[in-house]
Amino acid sequence: MTKVSMTVNGKAVARDVEARRMLVDYLRQDLDLTGTHVGCDTSQCGACVVHVNGKAVKACTMLAAEAEGAKVTTIEGMASSDDDLHRLQVAFNDHHGLQCGFCTPGMIMSAAALLSENPTPSEAEIRHYLEGNICRCTGYHNIVKAVLAASGQDSAALAAE
Amino acid sequence: MPKDSVIGDGQKRREDKRFTTGKGKYTDDIILRHQTYAAFARSEVAHGRIRGIDTSAAESMPGVLAIFTGDDFVEVGGNPAGWLIHSRDGTPMTEPKRPVLAHGKVRHVGDAYAAVIAETPEQARDAAEAIVADIEDLPSIVKMADAVANSDNRVHDEVDSNICFDWGWVEDNRAAVDEAIKNAPHVTTLELVNNRLSPNPMEPRCSIGDYDTGTGDYTLYTTSQNPHLTRLLISAFVMGIPEHKLRVVAPDVGGGFGSKIYHYGEEALVLAASKKLGRPVKWTSSRSEAFLTDAHGRDHVTTIELATEKDGSFIAVRTETMANLGAYLSNFATATPTFLHGTLMAGNYTVPNVYVNVKGVFTNTVPVDAYRGAGRPEATYSLERVIDKCARELGIDPIEIRRRNYIKPDQFPYTTPVALEYDTGNYDAVMDKLEEIADLQGFDARRKESEANGKLRGLGIASYIEACGIAPSNLVGALGGRVGLYDAATVRVNPTGNVAVMVGAHSHGQGHETTFPQIVAERLGIPVENIEIVHGDTARIPFGMGTYGSRSLAVCGSAVVRATEKVIDKAKKIAAFMMESPDGEVEFDDGVFSLKGTNKNVPWGDVVLKAYIPHDFPIEMIEPGLEETAFYDPVNFTYPSGAYACEVEVDPATGKVEVKSFAAADDFGVVINPMIVEGQVHGGLAQGIGQALLEHAVYDADGQFMSASYMDYSMPRADDLPMYRVDHSALTPCTHNPLGVKGCGEAGAIGSPPALVNAVIDAIQHSGRTDVTHIDMPLTPARVWSALHDK
Ligand code: FES
Ligand code: FES
Repeated sequence: MTKVSMTVNGKAVARDVEARRMLVDYLRQDLDLTGTHVGCDTSQCGACVVHVNGKAVKACTMLAAEAEGAKVTTIEGMASSDDDLHRLQVAFNDHHGLQCGFCTPGMIMSAAALLSENPTPSEAEIRHYLEGNICRCTGYHNIVKAVLAASGQDSAALAAE
Repeated sequence: MPKDSVIGDGQKRREDKRFTTGKGKYTDDIILRHQTYAAFARSEVAHGRIRGIDTSAAESMPGVLAIFTGDDFVEVGGNPAGWLIHSRDGTPMTEPKRPVLAHGKVRHVGDAYAAVIAETPEQARDAAEAIVADIEDLPSIVKMADAVANSDNRVHDEVDSNICFDWGWVEDNRAAVDEAIKNAPHVTTLELVNNRLSPNPMEPRCSIGDYDTGTGDYTLYTTSQNPHLTRLLISAFVMGIPEHKLRVVAPDVGGGFGSKIYHYGEEALVLAASKKLGRPVKWTSSRSEAFLTDAHGRDHVTTIELATEKDGSFIAVRTETMANLGAYLSNFATATPTFLHGTLMAGNYTVPNVYVNVKGVFTNTVPVDAYRGAGRPEATYSLERVIDKCARELGIDPIEIRRRNYIKPDQFPYTTPVALEYDTGNYDAVMDKLEEIADLQGFDARRKESEANGKLRGLGIASYIEACGIAPSNLVGALGGRVGLYDAATVRVNPTGNVAVMVGAHSHGQGHETTFPQIVAERLGIPVENIEIVHGDTARIPFGMGTYGSRSLAVCGSAVVRATEKVIDKAKKIAAFMMESPDGEVEFDDGVFSLKGTNKNVPWGDVVLKAYIPHDFPIEMIEPGLEETAFYDPVNFTYPSGAYACEVEVDPATGKVEVKSFAAADDFGVVINPMIVEGQVHGGLAQGIGQALLEHAVYDADGQFMSASYMDYSMPRADDLPMYRVDHSALTPCTHNPLGVKGCGEAGAIGSPPALVNAVIDAIQHSGRTDVTHIDMPLTPARVWSALHDK
C-alpha cells in the first residue's frame, strides 16, 4: 500500500492504495466519484476521460500514483453549482447529445479539452477530436451539434445540411 | 399547461441532468456494505471436454472466499429458449441445456467453467487465473456449412445434429413459390452474408447478488432491459427462487441494443454465491468479457431469389438461410431468425408468392440473439439488395421498381403471403419525402464533382418495413412464443395531485422519463413536471415485459393511456358527487371537471384530494384513493416503414468508402417527442452504417474470436459518420393502439445497411465495372479495392 494524494475537483484527498491502482479506480472506488466510467480495457473508448493538470487523460490508463500531487477534474467538478451547469452540460441537454448517458461524462470532458485548445472548432475538427470517445447511442450527430452550440457557433445550418 | 402543446413537443430530457453531471446510478456504481467480488475462469478453446478442474491453488490465495464450478449447478435448471420453433416436418426444435457454468464440455471461447468470489476484484481475478482446467481439445465447429454437413462432431452430444430447427414459412406456400419461380420471365439470385456483430452497449454488463439472511429475500441489481423477465427466468427455470422472494433492480442502464434483454449465467451465479456467503457479490464485465459473452447479432448466410415480370412486377420471393445460433440457445435466439425475419420477407411490396426457409445452426461461438432490429434487418437487407440487383438487370430505376411494387394506400389492411396483416402505411408518400430531403435532383451534379476529384460517387436507395410493438400475445403464442408480450402501467395520483407512473418498459437511453409524462399530461391537463416515471424495479412496478422490439411506447405507452383513462373515469364519479349530481354526465378537459349542461365545475386538485379524504362521497359505491393499473396487449404488430438514401464516395485508389450523406424518411405514426425520435433514428443509422462499413465479429477456423477488442472490432466513431437528414412527417397513425404510435428504435439499423451497400455497388458499376453485383459487409477498403481491381 502506498499513500496517494492529489486535488480532485478542488478538494485535497489522500488514500492508501495498492501500487497497481489505476486512477479511474481511485476515483470510483476510493473517492466514490462514480461519474467517471469504464467502458473498455484497451484504452479505446474514452468513457473514463478526466482532466489532470488541465489535460484530458484516460483515467483507465494512468496509475493513481502517477497523479500524485496533480490537480484532477472529473465530471462531478464541471458545474459551478447545482443550478449553474457547465456550458457543455447545458448544450448536451439542449441538443439531445446523450441517450443512455454512459459515454457522456467522458465525452463532455474531452469536448471541454477541445474547446480550451480550440474555442471555435469546425464540425470536422470536433469529429476528429472526439474520435477517442465512443458513443453507441447517438450516432454523434447531436453530440457534434452540442459542442458547436457550446462554442457559441450556430449548429442549425449544420443540422439542415 | 394547454394540452395540445404536449404531444409532438420536443421537450428536453429531464433525465439528462444526472447523466451530464456524473450523478447517474449504473449498476457498477452501487457499492453495498461488505460487498465481495466475482471473477470467472473462461474457456480459451472453442470446444473441449472438461476432464477436471483443479481449484486448490486458487482456494488458498489471499482474499478468496468461495469457488464454484459446473458441478455446483447440476441440480439447478438451464437458461431456457423463449420460443419453441417447429421444423418443416413438424418436429420441435432441439433444446440442449444451457447451464449456469459449463459442465462436461466447454462450447465457445469465453464459456465460463468456474467462478471465484473474493474480497476484492483484483484478488478474484488473480485466483480465477490460478484455476487449472484439464480440457481435452475437440475439433471446433465454426462454419455453419460444416456444422450442418457433419453431425458426427456436435456442439451438443445429447442431440443428434447441429441443426436446431429447419423452418419453413409459410410451408404451404412452398410448392406455389417453386412453380412461380420456375415459370417466371426473370429471376434474380443473390447470395449474401449478413455479418456477425457484437452489440457493444458502452456500459459493460454488471450484476450484484444480495441475499438477506434475515428475511431469505434475494435482490439482484443488474444491467437489464427487462427486470421482470429476468426474474421470471431465474425463478421459474434456472434457480427456483420463488418470484416473491426475488427482487430484480435494473437501475440506470448504459445502452442495451438487445444484448441486455437476456438472462445470463453470471446473474444466477452472484445470487447463489451471495446466499452461500451471506454477503453481496458483485461481478462487472470487462470489455473483453463482453465480447466473449454478450449475445452477438445477425450472422446469416442467405440465398435469395426474386422472380419478376419483364416490367419489374414482383411475382415471387424465395430465400434459403442458415442462421448461426452459437453454442447455446439464448432467450430469443430461435424467434429472431424465424418469426422476426421470415414474416417480413414481403417487405413493402405486393408480391403474391413468398417462401422462407431457415436452418438454425449450433456452432462453437458465442450465442447469437436479437440485436437492434433482430431478424428484420436481415430480411430487409436480403430483399432490398436483390431488388436493387434486379432493377439493374432489367434497366429500371431503383426508385421506380420499388414504387411499381409498393402496396398502395387503398390496399390496407393488407395481408401478406407470410402471414402478417399490415394495418396502414403510405409508402409512396414516404418515398416522395425522401426524394425531397435527400435532394436526389442534385445527385448527378454531385457525382460530377466527385469524379472531378478522382472519386466514384454512388447513390443507394432502400425501403423497409418492420413489425414492432412486440407483440399480440395470442399471436406469439400460436407461433411458439412461451410468454405473453403485453405490458403494464400503474398511474398513482398522490393526495396533493401529482402523479407517479410505474411502467413495465425499461429506459436505457430511450428517454421514457420525458416521453411518458407527456402522454399523461396531455390526458390529465396537468404540468409534465408534476408527473414522475418509475421503472426498472420489480418491487416498485406492477409487471412488465421490458424494452426491445421498438415496443415501449406502442405497448407500455398504451398501458399508460389505459390506466390514465381509468383514473379519469373514477375521478369523474367523485366529481359528480362533489357537484351534487351523482348521475350527471361529467366532462373532463384541461384539468377541470364540469357537469354537462351546467356551469358547475371542480378542478383536478380538489377531486384528487377528495379521493383521499372521502367525506362527501359514498365509499360503499366508490373506493377511496386514486390509483389504477392497466395491462395492455396489442391486437396487432405496428408497422413502421421508411425510405432511405445513402450517398457514398469510393476512393478507387484505396477502396475506402466515405458516407457523404444519409437521408432517412420514416413513418412512425404519431410522434410524441420529435427530438427523441430523431435521436433514435440517428443512433440506429450509426449502427447500420457500422454494420455495413466497419463492424465484424470474426472467428478463425479454430473458433478463436479474432476481433474481440476495440483494437480489432471497428466501432463507428465520430469521424466515420456524416450529419443525417431525417424526417418523420409523412405519417400514417397506427390504427389499433390508443396513441397511434408505431415505434422508432430499430428503424435506422434496419434500413441503412442495404442503402449503403446499394450505393457502393452503384458507384462501382457506374465506373464501368458492371460485373460487380455484390460485396459482402463490412465493405472494408480491402474488399472494395478487390472488387474494383480483381478481374
Ligand atoms: S475505459 Fe475505455 S478508454 Fe478508459
Ligand atoms: S449516450 Fe449511450 S453511449 Fe453515448
